[in-house]
Amino acid sequence: MSNQTYTGAEILLKSLVEEGVKEIFGYPGGVILTVYEALYNQDKIKHYLVRHEQAAVHAAEGYARVTGKCGVALVTSGPGACNTVTGIANAYYDGYPIVVLTGQVGLNQIGNDAFQEADVVGITRSCCKHNYLVKDVKDLQRIIKEAFHIATTGKPGPVVIDLPKDVLTQKTAFNYPKTVKLAGYNPNYKGHPIQISKALKMLSEAHRPIIISGGGVLMSGAYDELFKIANYLKIPVAHTLMGTGTFPSNSPLNLGMLGMHGNFWANHAVSHADVIFALGTRFNDRITGCLQRFARDAHVIHVDIDPCSISKNVKADIPIVGDVKNVLGCMIDDYEKNKPNIYEVDKIKWLEQIDEWRQKRAIPKCPSDKLSAITVINKLYEMTKDLDPVVCTEVGQHQMWTAQLFKFNKPRKLITSGGLGTMGFGFPAAMGVCAAMPDKTVLNIAGDGSIQMNIQELATCVDYNFKVINCVIDNGYLGMVRQWQEKLFNKHYSQTKISHPDFVKLAESYGALGIRVEKEEEIEPAIKKALEAKVPVIIDFVVEGCEMVYPWVLAGEPLTKVLLSNDC
Amino acid sequence: MENLHTISILVSNESGVLSRIVDLFSGRGYNIESLTVAPTIDKLYSRITIVTAGNQAAIEQICKQLNRLIPIIKVVDLNINEAVEREIALVKIKVKDEEKSDILRIAEATNAKIIDITDKIYILQAIGDEKQIQALVEMVRPYSVREFVRSGKVAISRTGDFSNIKNA
Repeated sequence: MSNQTYTGAEILLKSLVEEGVKEIFGYPGGVILTVYEALYNQDKIKHYLVRHEQAAVHAAEGYARVTGKCGVALVTSGPGACNTVTGIANAYYDGYPIVVLTGQVGLNQIGNDAFQEADVVGITRSCCKHNYLVKDVKDLQRIIKEAFHIATTGKPGPVVIDLPKDVLTQKTAFNYPKTVKLAGYNPNYKGHPIQISKALKMLSEAHRPIIISGGGVLMSGAYDELFKIANYLKIPVAHTLMGTGTFPSNSPLNLGMLGMHGNFWANHAVSHADVIFALGTRFNDRITGCLQRFARDAHVIHVDIDPCSISKNVKADIPIVGDVKNVLGCMIDDYEKNKPNIYEVDKIKWLEQIDEWRQKRAIPKCPSDKLSAITVINKLYEMTKDLDPVVCTEVGQHQMWTAQLFKFNKPRKLITSGGLGTMGFGFPAAMGVCAAMPDKTVLNIAGDGSIQMNIQELATCVDYNFKVINCVIDNGYLGMVRQWQEKLFNKHYSQTKISHPDFVKLAESYGALGIRVEKEEEIEPAIKKALEAKVPVIIDFVVEGCEMVYPWVLAGEPLTKVLLSNDC
Repeated sequence: MENLHTISILVSNESGVLSRIVDLFSGRGYNIESLTVAPTIDKLYSRITIVTAGNQAAIEQICKQLNRLIPIIKVVDLNINEAVEREIALVKIKVKDEEKSDILRIAEATNAKIIDITDKIYILQAIGDEKQIQALVEMVRPYSVREFVRSGKVAISRTGDFSNIKNA
């Protein structure tokens, strides 16, 4: 073994290389300079300089979402680290693996209110899966190994490593650990076989079963297993926002999205079901509506790798802690071996009942002659579907319309902030997608409100030629909030009318391409021009301000109370 | 129904573990009634005993959330497993001459020990379950109690394996 020693900063980068990291997103500053010096002297890791630390973390998450690998962000202490909090919380809620490296003041200065000091471990404790303060350079390799292991296994999530300045200059030998020893961390991947066969029996005998496919199906890559079991047992599949793309949208068993802005028939099916087979979902309030009135007749089988998610909101009759792919695989084996009676007549009757509900659709109505957001998003889908694009969104009306109108047949194609609902997420996440897949068509469907939350990243996109096509659904309002105010606050549009700069000129000033669309006939040429562009794009779709998202279950109402238009 | 539950937690003995646990309780609005922490025989680990109030579902959720913390090795709700519980209390009493024999009798009756005596001050030590400590509290109440210190609860299950780690 060589006796050569390296500084903490060098060890950090060597460890990242060992973890297979090729791209990181970051922003330099005082105490982290030694790492930037080490970056300067190597060529294995490419660093993307963003314009705001929050964007670095979102970009790392976008990278993780589209590749399934761990994203990495690197920032300085104090304000740099504080700016990462929203990004860390976002990855925590939606369960995507990222490692966030934050600089810290020297060990002897910690707690002295030093310049650019913040208690990062304290601040991030409740919004990350785990965090570390490295106190000795000798611990650094082990901590990085553990951090990547924790971030990527079990229910994935963000891990923060706080790196004091002096630890980064201390020297030690490099000998990257091969294994991780964590007595308190052993995620359970294999579901209990007796529970699984009980579940199969309940599903076979059910008259009105439904599967809810959540983000966990995506994480575990259980698409084939889900498709198989749904078809074997003739069970319709609804998905959550995070489960988008986990079940083919052209299957007759697909019910699409359920929940607050989900399909009428999906919400009715889940409300009238006698058995709910929930896969990798937390039963968030956006899915259940009024919890007390949620699926009152249903027995619940709940599979999740995180025991905390089971029986947290909806009580599970058959809880199964395990990885969805393993559990479904085990269930398929059981089915193929024993071929239980699935009472097909009942199940077909149930599917026919659901088909009746399918007739009830939202009746979108644009209240003026102005361009309709729905027309724009439909057109975007039609014109890009053959390019197999990755579609990022911000948060709000445009996000729900995208989830409703784009038909996602594959997973990891819709990149959107579900749990935390972070405006400003989509654009930097799209940069992460571009870094991972330079040749991919990447859309960021945004509102005129949310695009302004991280608009500074246009500079990053131009620098690295990330050809994100920002499609701004520009209605002059914080549209989703306005929609709530119209219905629930007597049309008191308090602080929801919002201005913005001229997006075309803004794009041009950054060196990007700006296009404005005000009429329906301008949509197609604009999208065509954007797809052919060699630079990042903003298309400013100037649309009607008062269009609403339907179907709509008002917060706190049961899922059966679906509004389909302004009139009902 | 809300009941007091005694939760015993085996953790890695490293800095920050206690604050992770306390944060989890405060962040979710759970109340801690009492708390004791000390290293086990093997100094790599510490044992934390927390008494908290909640219905069965809330306690289950607390235990699951605790288990999710990385440095936590094992969580056991001791209301489910039969357990032996102890607390310790120290009482400092300013005694007049005519009260001295009373205090001695109280000590005898409550199984408390007098562990320090000066001219005017007696210090009593009681070890027992919650009821026994409470009995002492009631009996010394009429006297001039200058200071009363009571530990949180420590508890150990009567049967079964708590963890497969030796000396922890």
